[in-house]
Amino acid sequence: MAATETAARPASGTGTREGTYAGGLVSWLTTVDHKRIGIMYAVFAFSFFLLGGLEALLIRLQLGSPENTLIDPDLYNQLFTMHGTTMVFLAIMPLSAAFFNFMVPLQIGARDVAFPRLNAFSLWVFVLGALFLNASFLFGGAPDAGWFGYANLTSTQYSPGMRIDFWVLGLQILGVSSIAAALNFIVTIINLRAPGMSLMRMPLFTWMTFVTSFLLILAFPAITVGLVLLMFDRTFGTSFFNPAAGGDVLLWQHLFWIFGHPEVYILLLPSLGIISEVIPTFSRKPLFGYPFVVYSGILIAFLGFGVWAHHMFAVGLGPIANTVFSATTMLIAIPTGVKIFNWIATMWGGSLRFKTPLYFAVGFIAMFIIGGLSGIMHSSAASDLQQTDSYFVVAHIHYVLFGGVMFALFSGIYYWFPKITGKMLSEGIGKLHFWLMLLAFNLTFFPQHLLGLHGMPRRTFTYQEGLGFEAMNLMSTVGSLVLGFSILIFLWNVVVSLRKGAKAGPDPWGGATLEWAIASPPPHYNFRRLPRVHSRDPLWAEGGLDVAVNDPEAPEPHMPSPSLWPFILAVGIIVAATGGLTHSVPLALAGAAVVVASTYGWAFQPLER
Amino acid sequence: MRNDLRRVPREAGFALFAVAAVVLLAGCGGPYPQSALDPASDFATRLDDLFRGIFFWAVIVFVLVEGALLVAVFRFRDREGKRRPEAVHGNTILEISWTLAPAIVLVLIAVPTFRTIWDVDRPTRDPDALVVEVIGHQWWWEFRYPEYGIVTANEMHVPVGRTIDVRLTSADVIHSFWFPRAGGKRDVLPGHENHLWFTMDSTGVFPGQCAEFCGLSHALMKMELVASSPAAFAEWVAVQQRPAVGTGAAPVPADSLAAVSEETLPGDTLSAELRQILETGQQKFLQSGCIACHRIAGTPAAGVLGPDLTHVGSRRKIAAGILDNTPENMAAWLRDPTTVKPGSLMPNLNLDEDTIRTLVAYLESLK
Repeated sequence: MAATETAARPASGTGTREGTYAGGLVSWLTTVDHKRIGIMYAVFAFSFFLLGGLEALLIRLQLGSPENTLIDPDLYNQLFTMHGTTMVFLAIMPLSAAFFNFMVPLQIGARDVAFPRLNAFSLWVFVLGALFLNASFLFGGAPDAGWFGYANLTSTQYSPGMRIDFWVLGLQILGVSSIAAALNFIVTIINLRAPGMSLMRMPLFTWMTFVTSFLLILAFPAITVGLVLLMFDRTFGTSFFNPAAGGDVLLWQHLFWIFGHPEVYILLLPSLGIISEVIPTFSRKPLFGYPFVVYSGILIAFLGFGVWAHHMFAVGLGPIANTVFSATTMLIAIPTGVKIFNWIATMWGGSLRFKTPLYFAVGFIAMFIIGGLSGIMHSSAASDLQQTDSYFVVAHIHYVLFGGVMFALFSGIYYWFPKITGKMLSEGIGKLHFWLMLLAFNLTFFPQHLLGLHGMPRRTFTYQEGLGFEAMNLMSTVGSLVLGFSILIFLWNVVVSLRKGAKAGPDPWGGATLEWAIASPPPHYNFRRLPRVHSRDPLWAEGGLDVAVNDPEAPEPHMPSPSLWPFILAVGIIVAATGGLTHSVPLALAGAAVVVASTYGWAFQPLER
Repeated sequence: MRNDLRRVPREAGFALFAVAAVVLLAGCGGPYPQSALDPASDFATRLDDLFRGIFFWAVIVFVLVEGALLVAVFRFRDREGKRRPEAVHGNTILEISWTLAPAIVLVLIAVPTFRTIWDVDRPTRDPDALVVEVIGHQWWWEFRYPEYGIVTANEMHVPVGRTIDVRLTSADVIHSFWFPRAGGKRDVLPGHENHLWFTMDSTGVFPGQCAEFCGLSHALMKMELVASSPAAFAEWVAVQQRPAVGTGAAPVPADSLAAVSEETLPGDTLSAELRQILETGQQKFLQSGCIACHRIAGTPAAGVLGPDLTHVGSRRKIAAGILDNTPENMAAWLRDPTTVKPGSLMPNLNLDEDTIRTLVAYLESLK
């Protein structure tokens, strides 16, 4: 269509770094290019996804048979704690961040994010914080009180040693990264949109990034407060969560879930954005009910702050609280349903090209419906008294976060991989990956619904014979191994396609949004000339873009120079945290000194040479 | 031809799903003694009715929405020569209808939900309710019956037909009290008292366990609910109210020391051999550090940190529901509690086999 007319010409330019990611280690450590940062986010996040998956496989192997002794309870508790923490904070969030980084500037027609060095800082704080958290395995064991870390099990009385301190400090470090990134994307999206791109012309993925960023800056303070109180309890002997000294264990639960439920939407909304990009592209039809999809995303985010106590229905908050939180939780089903209906309506009457991204998008919808419906079941506070803390909830969250979010993220990977690398992923291997993953996913997690209803509590390292749990657990374990294998097939696809995949060209899918107007991979300045936008689907408009965004005659834009300061600053934070961990004041002060010095270095280093 | 080829993976996929479904159903055998789907009390029945109502609506929504998705996927596939579809941007009537439709279903779910919440989340107002105080410990359960002055562990006895008023507190961290067939969970919190009530409607032994992660041996924090007829319950109460055997005040039940005695002997006519074992056992018990944590009514043992052992021999299981109460298992427990229950607060006392044998005989006699 029109898109090809404007986008056919790849940027030929004069810059040597254009369209390539070559360069030594130092160039990656110092880069402030949102695309390279996005790639690093993706690589690190996917590595942690593999690590978290490995932890899950060990958990499933242990539960494959009753009274199994493969893994002792001490290690098991570390594994399930780190599986949850890793998947939430080190895999799904940064995988979403990888797409924010790579795609948002392209989608809004910008050359980079608003604060490129802050962006690098977010990345390095995430990477080093993730390594810090996982270093616990080497120093006396990983955190073992669950990803939700309920007080007072996390007190020094019941959890002596450094394990919980690794968790408390690690999450605070990761919070710094998330908040910095969220502020960056809010400013970027507000200020750097191409001329003509009003808010209601923004691509849905950018919209959901925008909403997610607000969720991040509003939700993370709650857990930060909780973590600081816990740190004081553990390090300085305060009693915020110590019932024996007048503290309250429920205070933690409220603080954690006021963060924790919006966190679920932090994980989910970017995926809803990806689906809203993929479905129109492969239906060759604009998104049905664009404003409704946008508003329902905002509404989900807003309601997400009013439902936290549905994680606490068994706590005994009383009938009034349980009624109110049941009602607010049920309300969330409405905007979520609206999104699903609009996606189906987008496909309805379309011309569906069944490429791998669409397979994963349809798989996402199908699985997400199941996760949504089981969510309705435990939105009912009374019904939830049987389901909460049972395997039914384990099944539910995996239908939302794996059947939902991971399918959507894979959809996004298959969709944007050509843009990021310039190579197509193999369709054949991709579809094999999809079918195997769909099958294995259901084999792993569907039986867990029944396990929960039949009385298997979650977070248990073993179960006794005779409760009827044997067959379904074995099924789940077999499924998880196949699921792991399907991820290997994906990696094989990436390796094969990077080496000899078909060349992508600027716009392999006939997309409507601005990222498809420039070369794949994009030149380091993205748009030689900034585009002008007149509609929601600029590349589908009659005549396409009216600006030659790749015009080689235009002067090459100046981009910010690389800087090592963000990395050094991140190192300083880790050193300070290590000081806190080991109760070493000199180390903490040294870390603080590095933070101050590198902030000065950062501030006085000119943006461009 | 091209279409046929493209159809292959899909049909293969469906075939795989069918196989998976069959395997799944095959795995749904049973029996499930701990199943929430098999209620045995009024409380659990109410939750089950509610769940089934919601499940009904969920199935309808599932069929309709997944059906619409499948129709869209199959009907609107791209074909050779198909023209670019019309660019429809939306339809307000449709948007309003699919906002309202789920809202109506939600109301149908919400009304019975709210009714059930107000039923089950308030403390019972039945003045004849039997109060049972439940205290959660890492990793065992303490049950106190203030009405009868009974203290026991890991085995909760209740009569059918009488409301049980459960009062929950924790001695250490958060636990959650869950007998799926008696009713839903209620968290057991340090520093707060929680309530739960239920009335059992059938007799039997119902397994349950802690449902809130509470540390190393969370998975081994189990318990049993023994629901019996009022008469059988009264009998149990009478037995539990007696002082322990061997203290001179209680008769020894016939099966208490199978190896030693076949007869029922009143406390003052114990055979010399039996008396010998009980006396040595009690002595060993009082000397081996057991009394620091355990209580046996009628003896100087008055510890409060571990389970009350006054009638430990009468219990079906030991170590919080994970081992049958047999002399072999009791010996294994005494030999090293932490191999049975990792992290157990009961230390390995390094007892010699002789002491263990005597202690087992003594403990098993405490009916």
